[in-house]
Amino acid sequence: MTKVSLWRLYALFFKMGLFTFGGGYAMLPILQSEAVSKEKWVSQEELLNYYSIGQCTPGIIAVNAASFIGYKLRGVLGLICATLGVISPSVVIITLVALLLRQYMDNQYVQWAFSGIRVSVIALIISTVLDMWQKGVRGLFGYVVFALATIFLFWLKWSAIAIVVLAALSGLCSLLWQKRKQK
Amino acid sequence: MIYALLAWEFFKIGLFAIGGGLVTVPFLFDLAQKYPWFSTQELTDMIAVSQSVPGAVGINMATYAGFTTAGFAGGLVAVLSEVLPSMIVIYTIARLLNRWHENKYVSAILGGIRPAVLALILYAGWSITAQTITNWQTLGLLAILVLAMRLYKISPIYYIVLSAVIGVVLHLV
Repeated sequence: MTKVSLWRLYALFFKMGLFTFGGGYAMLPILQSEAVSKEKWVSQEELLNYYSIGQCTPGIIAVNAASFIGYKLRGVLGLICATLGVISPSVVIITLVALLLRQYMDNQYVQWAFSGIRVSVIALIISTVLDMWQKGVRGLFGYVVFALATIFLFWLKWSAIAIVVLAALSGLCSLLWQKRKQK
Repeated sequence: MIYALLAWEFFKIGLFAIGGGLVTVPFLFDLAQKYPWFSTQELTDMIAVSQSVPGAVGINMATYAGFTTAGFAGGLVAVLSEVLPSMIVIYTIARLLNRWHENKYVSAILGGIRPAVLALILYAGWSITAQTITNWQTLGLLAILVLAMRLYKISPIYYIVLSAVIGVVLHLV
């Protein structure tokens, strides 16, 4: 694989920061399309791993995922460039909004546009989960973990960290269980 | 020195806010009470704006809070300080992962987390559904969009721009 230039890393993550509406998870569909399908920088499985780890380590998930991919491609410099790329659009846009566009948020057309954008964010999330289903959920064990995580989240309102930690433990237990059976 | 104080406070937020952008909100409320930088009312506006302009919510809020406190340089200091801890942590983990990803315990743990993360991702979508899918039109749009995304694998950016236009048109007709 040819080396990705630091500038390209920065530019691509700038683009992602620019088109992420609503937070780190909303960035996943764009990462999936640009970094996995188009550029083939990382596999779908790696991307899911990054999100899994990014969820339970300090900081913003979008930054964590960007850092992982940047590091994988170009080491520490790549990590820095990818992270700066994700945060640059925010710095520019927020500064503009805070400076002169405060009232633009009340603009009717802007709000209507955002009502449409939010629908596409939900659609993108559904579509991405369908894409990742094959890599993410394997066998009966995967179905059970997904079903339990869904119940704990949607109905019991558990925190994301508690769910990730429990899922990690269940992964470990399944391995130990298989080992015992083999003996 | 306001910048040093901003850097320190946002470094702490970056270090302790685990689980994404909105988790930083309670920390920012603490800041509003501890310092005369911004009021809780201003903070509420910041959250609303941060969620409705491009960019990760946590990044947007750090920039906004820093900007309100000490201008452009303040915004820059706040956002860079907030991402610094995660850069260090991810650097450490990425190095370990390079060495350990063949390890069967590590892959068993990740194999357990992956299905759970898919549930978390769906939940993130669900959390904005109530305020977004408010009538038959938006429900229909959602169904059409998902179908189109399954059939035509173009960049999500086109779908986002297209939906912004549709959002305006739906309100005009």
